Amino acid sequence: MLAFMIRRVFQSVIVMFVVALISFLLFRFVGDPVNQMVGIETTPEQRDALRVQLGLNDPVLTQFWRFIMGAVQLDFGTSYQFKQSVAAMIGKRAPATLELSLISAVFATVVGIPMGVYTGLKRDSWLSKMFLTVSLVGISLPTFLIGILFIFVFAVQFQVLPSFGRGEVVDLGYWNTGLLTASGLKALILPSITLGLFQMTLIMRLVRSEMLEVMRTDYIKFARARGLTRRAVNFGHALKNTLVPVITITGLQLGSVIAFAIITETVFSWPGMGLLFLNSVQNVDIPIMAAYLMLIGFLFVTINLIVDLLYVAVDPRIRVTGVEL
Amino acid sequence: MNFSKVKTTILAGAMVFGLGVGQSSAETLKYAFQGSLKSLDPYSLNETFTLGFLGNVYEGLIRRGPDLNIQPALATSWEVLEPTKWRFHLRRGVKFHNGNDFNADDVIFSADRVRAEGSDLTTRIPKDAKFVKVDDHTVDVILTSANPILHYEWGTWSIIDKEWAEANDSVKVTSASDDNATKISLEANGTGPFKITKHDVGVSTSLVPNNGWWDTPKHNLTKIEFTTIASDATRVAALLSGDLDMVYPIPVQDLKRVDSNDGTRALIGPELRTIFLGMDQIRDELLESNIKGKNPFKDVRVRKAFYQAINIEAIKKKVMRDLADPSSIMISPFLFSNSGDFVRYPYDVAASKALLTEAGYPDGFEVGMDCPNDRYVNDEAICQAVTAMLAKAGIKVNLNAQPKSKYFAKVLASNSFETSFFLLGWTPGSLDSWNVISNLHGCRDEKGKGSPFNLGGYCNPKVDELAKQILVENDPAKRDGLITEAFRITTDEVAYIPLHQQGLAWGVSDKITLEQRADNQFMMYYVTKN
Repeated sequence: MLAFMIRRVFQSVIVMFVVALISFLLFRFVGDPVNQMVGIETTPEQRDALRVQLGLNDPVLTQFWRFIMGAVQLDFGTSYQFKQSVAAMIGKRAPATLELSLISAVFATVVGIPMGVYTGLKRDSWLSKMFLTVSLVGISLPTFLIGILFIFVFAVQFQVLPSFGRGEVVDLGYWNTGLLTASGLKALILPSITLGLFQMTLIMRLVRSEMLEVMRTDYIKFARARGLTRRAVNFGHALKNTLVPVITITGLQLGSVIAFAIITETVFSWPGMGLLFLNSVQNVDIPIMAAYLMLIGFLFVTINLIVDLLYVAVDPRIRVTGVEL
Repeated sequence: MNFSKVKTTILAGAMVFGLGVGQSSAETLKYAFQGSLKSLDPYSLNETFTLGFLGNVYEGLIRRGPDLNIQPALATSWEVLEPTKWRFHLRRGVKFHNGNDFNADDVIFSADRVRAEGSDLTTRIPKDAKFVKVDDHTVDVILTSANPILHYEWGTWSIIDKEWAEANDSVKVTSASDDNATKISLEANGTGPFKITKHDVGVSTSLVPNNGWWDTPKHNLTKIEFTTIASDATRVAALLSGDLDMVYPIPVQDLKRVDSNDGTRALIGPELRTIFLGMDQIRDELLESNIKGKNPFKDVRVRKAFYQAINIEAIKKKVMRDLADPSSIMISPFLFSNSGDFVRYPYDVAASKALLTEAGYPDGFEVGMDCPNDRYVNDEAICQAVTAMLAKAGIKVNLNAQPKSKYFAKVLASNSFETSFFLLGWTPGSLDSWNVISNLHGCRDEKGKGSPFNLGGYCNPKVDELAKQILVENDPAKRDGLITEAFRITTDEVAYIPLHQQGLAWGVSDKITLEQRADNQFMMYYVTKN
């Protein structure tokens, strides 16, 4: 068990190293940061001097080594455009992204599960068919289109919800939250639905198929035969047994919700990490890009590591053979 | 939905949530721009938006009015004592936001700082100009050679408080390569009409009026909230929904929508930036062409053939949707009084073909073209149109349109001008022709020495000579004559193919009035809201 864990952790470190290497190599092709940092009239000599100061003329390996050494100490350098510590900037933007991701995940589960249960139990009702049609839209329409549609309907046409931003934010020291003000809550509605729509659809379809499966099993028939109420059978026995895969999927998806918040954040001008990342791509702000990619890489690696370890705890067969996963 | 209804909704919403209505009081200006405010240090970045924004907080010795005329600001008057000696009389009783007095020491400090290492605005003052304090409110500037446009760029040369900068470890300019942010890059202490109260880097910035401002405010604002909205659709939607009072730029395809919407209007006007095509005329063989052993662009007939193959009216109508003014010279007519003397070579495909035949390319040739796709209004679309138009004259253009970060990395001096044919835009920072002649038309070597932004390497010693004379000529009429002569030569020799001045496109709520300056700087002290 211990050997397995150590091996897994070691593998995760290798993955992180590869992520760092690949992202670092990618930056060689995004363009010249210096031209984004100075005005057009800056002379070539000044530009060259800047390039030297930033260490952009050093050999790639030297630059990579410097980057890794910094990253190990959680020092991702200074943003080229904003002249601020990247770690601090990402830290400041993280609450916006995490709040948005969390709320959208809550939305996806709270709406997705009941819809799944309903469509699973009443397969032929017109409401079920409508839910399924809507879910098809959620799966097939790209996020940015849904976001823009929402903005035009609810912000421009009916003017009931804000079209961009986080609304008023309360600063709590290390955390800033939009959950405590009315405008902050209103601002959360459209982006979180946009971001959570896909997950909601996924959960709904998952719950539905699990429900259909479970309803056919013997113990449900037996429960009915015992004369239990419909509610007890549906929710107490059936739903409970469908939830295991749902929880696994939701957990795994949380990583991608955070990572894919980029698009939603751009459409709603949501001041989170994703927007910061996209902006830094346009401006060749390599330190921010690098730190963000490392962070997302770390997130996925951690989630997968936890899942792996949980499987070991749950499934004794892995414990014996050790490396089958 | 009409306006009163909206108001009711908002009010009802506010009441339901029990939140103060006062926050959306009538005099709060909320606006958004596509880019973000990079640093609050006024010398860190020579870029229109940053300088324009900080122009509401800091001030220079002069300032530019709504039609860009020079007005006294921190200097009440100035005189040229000798051609190489200027005297500036400073405004008395001006205070910085922190309460410090403004005086000659601040001017001299700022003059040193703006030319110091790390400053991106070193061109504001000649390197060898000396600033001498005569008394607390008089400063002399001693020049090594006459310079009639010495103060032209000083509207964006902000005066910084010496004591404050020294006390806050901000004497050194926050340069692009600095490791940690200095106070001056995060806070501002100017003399201007607004004070920055909150600066959330890259997201939003709030300002309040400076009640101690020396000038009488024309605005009636009590608060300003600036936000960056990079996405075009979101920015437009934020204006249409009434969330914001002003946004810019508006993409040309959305202008109609903004204008026809109740409660908003599109404000368009000519901008100073000239968009043009350039050709490599310095290499003996083009880098990207099927013609080997010689450079067709060295032949003026080929350059003219390119020029005449371009249907500028079509670009204006179809690509720019009328939001452009075709240009006959390399500077906006707004900035050069004699520009009316110049006309474009007519669009004429037959003439273009004839010229190519005459030059020895009856079947045309192939050439690569570099074009940015996120820098100027519809830049890539313009290049595509040019490609199609040149095809009619027999020229096969291989278009390479890339993001500005890649484009500039390829074509600028740092990469030895690796381009054969390109699209570029230029706004003279000094709002004067000399800048254009010297930066875009001066002779240069392969490294860029001499005229680093002359990407095509056009060279005519006569033009260099004229540029030198223009720089020191104090008599305005004579000076304009020299400029005309220079532009005459460069136009005859088709040094570049000017296309147009792209238009400004601002989206404005009907609740506010403002002045739209042709340099695309948004001055909030002209804004009134009701």
